[in-house]
Amino acid sequence: MDFIAIFSIFILACFVGYFVVWSVTPALHTPLMSVTNAISSVIIVGALIASAAAGSATSKWLGLAAVVMASINIFGGFAVTARMLAMYKKKER
Amino acid sequence: MDIQSLLAAATDGHGAVNPWAAVAYLVSGVFFILALRGLSSPASSQRGNRFGMIGMTIAVVTTLVTHVPMKIGDATNSYVGIDAVAMAEILAAIGIGAVIGIVMARRIAMTAMPQLVAAFHSLVGLAAVAVAAAAYLNPLAFGIADAAGQIYTVSRIEMGLGIAIGAITFSGSVIAFLKLNGNMSGAPIMLPARHVINLGTLAAIIGLVAYFTFDQSPWVFWTVTALSFLIGFLLIIPIGGADMPVVVSMLNSYSGWAAAAMGFTLGNTAMIITGALVGSSGAILSYIMCRAMNRSFISVIAGGFGGDDAAAGAGGAKEQRPWKPGSADDAAFLMSQAENVIIVPGYGMAVAQAQHALREMGDLLKKEGVNVKYAIHPVAGRMPGHMNVLLAEANVPYDEVFELEDINGEFAQCDVAFVIGANDVTNPSAKTDKSSPIYGMPVLDVEKAKTVLFVKRSMGGVGYAGVDNDVFYMDQTMMLLGDAKKMADDIVKALNGGGH
Repeated sequence: MDFIAIFSIFILACFVGYFVVWSVTPALHTPLMSVTNAISSVIIVGALIASAAAGSATSKWLGLAAVVMASINIFGGFAVTARMLAMYKKKER
Repeated sequence: MDIQSLLAAATDGHGAVNPWAAVAYLVSGVFFILALRGLSSPASSQRGNRFGMIGMTIAVVTTLVTHVPMKIGDATNSYVGIDAVAMAEILAAIGIGAVIGIVMARRIAMTAMPQLVAAFHSLVGLAAVAVAAAAYLNPLAFGIADAAGQIYTVSRIEMGLGIAIGAITFSGSVIAFLKLNGNMSGAPIMLPARHVINLGTLAAIIGLVAYFTFDQSPWVFWTVTALSFLIGFLLIIPIGGADMPVVVSMLNSYSGWAAAAMGFTLGNTAMIITGALVGSSGAILSYIMCRAMNRSFISVIAGGFGGDDAAAGAGGAKEQRPWKPGSADDAAFLMSQAENVIIVPGYGMAVAQAQHALREMGDLLKKEGVNVKYAIHPVAGRMPGHMNVLLAEANVPYDEVFELEDINGEFAQCDVAFVIGANDVTNPSAKTDKSSPIYGMPVLDVEKAKTVLFVKRSMGGVGYAGVDNDVFYMDQTMMLLGDAKKMADDIVKALNGGGH
């Protein structure tokens, strides 16, 4: 993909982010942070590519280290978000 | 032209991405948008989190399928095909991360959530650095270099930015973690001429990233990395404990931009969409936190606020004024006779672990027919929305918890405002006294309530901002001095004993 196409996606996604995040209720700002943490670890994609590539041993081990770190974040981030969200309960009537 | 070269032409330039994989990454990005969208209400939030997990699964599986490690036969071994050992290593790496992550998520106390988030941010930063370094060392594997190993100019800028933002996120988050976790004092550390040092380092980083486009030698790349680690550290050490909610939000934003920069390098839409979402999310949260403290973003970054100096400075000028003490029994009687009670919890309440006793108190009052509500100031906790989580953990229903702007009008009609572990966020001088350090900060109008019950450890201490609170000395205020948890427990006992 050429740079302009990618850049367009990026700018549009910034706008989507702006509107979606303002619609998040302030009561859920902490879960918002932990879930954004989890999804920003989509960087694991780059780590997996590096780990699977032949050609440089250093690059492969850096990739594997990044896979571990991103994976801690993904599993930890989604799990802690789920734990928090399960605590939010409505009034019993 | 055959199919293969058509596909190659379609994805030329930024990594040889298979078009089906590109579609899968786009779908994954859409799931991430839906994940954040779900957080617009607690009712839809759990589904949102599941969308996030689906999006991540799609991204990871797509990458695993399209980037299977291959073994290419050599002189001693003619085997060509899947490299099972490398595949096992990758799956083991995911597994190790999964175990560590899930154990951390299960064990963490809700009061320690800001530290956990800071720790997670540092991991995103370091992972971004590792990926950028891996891409630099093996650019052909990422499809960002020509046959001679020359990395494309655009990719060099993206990579340089990625490693810089990643490194800043890492070292900044480590400092934020140490400060929040109490391993390091919350007091700002002010280096002499720090603005000159910081701006100089920043200029050097930008200059070197620009130079990197002409010269891809290792020294340029690693100097950028080292300077970025350094600036992340330098940027956060002068920021005081009171500004940590802004810092955590800001680092959240950086971790997003780091992911986006790496997304540009790899031409990966899932990473770009996510990076933009997380980047804007962190930026908006920083803005909300700054507004709630009436601080400008620049003054937070410049640092120095919320240290010991401020507290010491205001302490000297304090005069002795009369105030009215009260007991748990008085508080129990006043609240059980009231029609409307608004509870204002602050971080001191969470530190004393009083949330469960507080909720029990609220339940007993409700049984007496009292209308109980909770009022939350945006900076009541140590990160955005922290107090809401702490109350939710104590089983306070979320529809009894209100944000500042939604409840501030109700204090005038309420019989009792019960302030526990909060101080600065109730200080009316923020509205009237132009010389006050917290002037202009939005505050909860507790002074408008018919009676104010103020739970506080002693009359000596002052809040983060180091200013005295006029509410203590008003006629309708009763000071309940003592530990927040013990006071709440005693009120519960009094309500149980006296009411029935």
